[in-house]
Amino acid sequence: MALIEARNVTKAYRMGDQDVPALKGITFNIGEGAFAAFVGPSGSGKSTLLNLIGCLDHPSRGTLQVAGVDVASLSRSAAATFRGEHLGFVFQDFNLVPVLSAYENIEYPLLMVRGWSEAKRRERVNQMIAAVGMSEQAHKRPDQLSGGQKQRVAVARALVGQPKLVLADEPTANLDHDTAYKVLNLMKAMRDDFGTSFIFSTHDPKIMHEAEQTFTLEDGRIAPPAGAQS
Amino acid sequence: MSQTLTLAARNLMRYRRRTLLTALLITLGVLALLLFVAAAGSFKQTMVGSITDSMLGHLQVHRKGYTASMDNLPLTMNLQPRAVGLIEDALKADPAVAAYSKRVKLGAMFSNFEQNSSVRLNGIDAAAEDAAVPALRGRIIDGDKTGPLVSPGKVLVPALLAKGMNVKVGDPVVLVATNTQGSVNGKTFTVGGILEGITGPGGRDGYIDIADARELLRMDKEEVMEVAVRLKDIDLLPATQKRLVAALDGSIRNKEDKPATELHTWAELSPFANIVKMIDMMTVFIRIMLVAIVLVSVMNVMLMAVYERIREIGTLAAIGTQPRKLMAIFLSEGLLLGLVGAVVGVALSYAVVAALNVWPVVFAFGREQITLHPTLAGAEVLGVLVLAVLVSGLASLQPAWRAARMDPIEALRHV
Repeated sequence: MALIEARNVTKAYRMGDQDVPALKGITFNIGEGAFAAFVGPSGSGKSTLLNLIGCLDHPSRGTLQVAGVDVASLSRSAAATFRGEHLGFVFQDFNLVPVLSAYENIEYPLLMVRGWSEAKRRERVNQMIAAVGMSEQAHKRPDQLSGGQKQRVAVARALVGQPKLVLADEPTANLDHDTAYKVLNLMKAMRDDFGTSFIFSTHDPKIMHEAEQTFTLEDGRIAPPAGAQS
Repeated sequence: MSQTLTLAARNLMRYRRRTLLTALLITLGVLALLLFVAAAGSFKQTMVGSITDSMLGHLQVHRKGYTASMDNLPLTMNLQPRAVGLIEDALKADPAVAAYSKRVKLGAMFSNFEQNSSVRLNGIDAAAEDAAVPALRGRIIDGDKTGPLVSPGKVLVPALLAKGMNVKVGDPVVLVATNTQGSVNGKTFTVGGILEGITGPGGRDGYIDIADARELLRMDKEEVMEVAVRLKDIDLLPATQKRLVAALDGSIRNKEDKPATELHTWAELSPFANIVKMIDMMTVFIRIMLVAIVLVSVMNVMLMAVYERIREIGTLAAIGTQPRKLMAIFLSEGLLLGLVGAVVGVALSYAVVAALNVWPVVFAFGREQITLHPTLAGAEVLGVLVLAVLVSGLASLQPAWRAARMDPIEALRHV
């Protein structure tokens, strides 16, 4: 069974008294263990699509199943629970909690969202912090870390709850080229080690080749693969 | 829970100066309230103590209507011996009554053989009066302070009168009084002591022996005008008042079968009770000000905190934090701020109160020198703490709710 099944998904925003379509009927499947990218210029609907998959928003029409759950009908609180248990998020600006150390940032989902026990948390956080190579900086606060280091911590935070899927909206946009590659390779290695699927959005052509599956979005639709006959 | 508090504490320390300023404001509010309550409480206690222990007693029994015409000390509204006996029975039977003193009150002319003045006198039984108003003895500023308060032929003269008439202890004076039949009677007394005046009615009365008073008035029956009652504890007053009124109204009745006596508490007899009410009212106002200070300052800080951390709220919500948890994070931040400010305020209050007991504040109220010995009641302190924390919670409610209801997408997009 596919991890994500989207059937004719549309999303329109209300602006004044007009409906502005952001997604105009999107259909695709993404399997388990994927390393997929949505690419396209800004305004093409990448972020909207990631928000829908991430249960942060509801599709206007169509069906969207994530990990076997129809996410269109989830309530606010149920969506939060679903995100906490099945999804991980990596953000363009890292979005670490500034008053928490690297260790505590990674621990946060287990502590405040999942409510794991202390011993279980410590084992898991130490495992993750080692996996992203940040054991040395565990007790530093985000403002003492470089951009690449912050994103490593963010990747560890996204993965710590063993989600089925990690969503990364432009995860490399604020990183220099080398660091961007390193972070992408780290995510790929995590996919290999933990079996977690990664879906990211990017408009950086150099990065998009790292993806194993690419969907190009144009004006709210998925463009046919390059070279395909229409 | 403890993690939420840790997070709250760290977030508060993120804007150290703002947090400290707000906490300081709450501290000052708590300090002002507690110090006022402690000082006013001490003042009240001193004044009430002086009024009840050296003059009025806790309760007084009169014949119905006497209190209304007390100012001209009528001689026609006496408690008759039968009524006095019944009053004494009721007082002796009541467990809260510690002592009582029967008084014959009269207005007299006071003469030092050169000039005259008027004086209000209480005819008392020295031992009974001593037991009913034990601090009266302390008001003797000149004369024998250890013997009986008055003995037959002696008079305790209020200080102002003694000064004005230029009489000293041991001087002979003449007291002249008119009795109910309209005839005048005089008797020579020796000044036994000078009595310091205090605030309130009766604060400038003189004292003579009850037998002398009856002789002056040519009173042949054992009538009295007033019975002053001391209780074992002033806190027993309301209950005892009810009990005694029921007992007296039941046993002592006039020809129309209506209650023939009236019973008043010190508060009904002394205008200082109104000052007490005013002080209590001021305490309420200061309490309201504290609530306003805490409400405005905590709400201000928490609204700012939510506004500054919109993206952070979006992130926490996106990674699965439940709205109620987000609410708890911000609520505990406000509560912690209020609690810390209030606890520091309480600690400072205890320190200042302790210092005031080492270096007491003395001030004059009327003719009296009052030394304040403020104390903080545990219940009051606890009440202020609870108030400050509750109001902090209330003030954080709206900002916390806003944080919990925030749309994660909008919040994440916020710059």
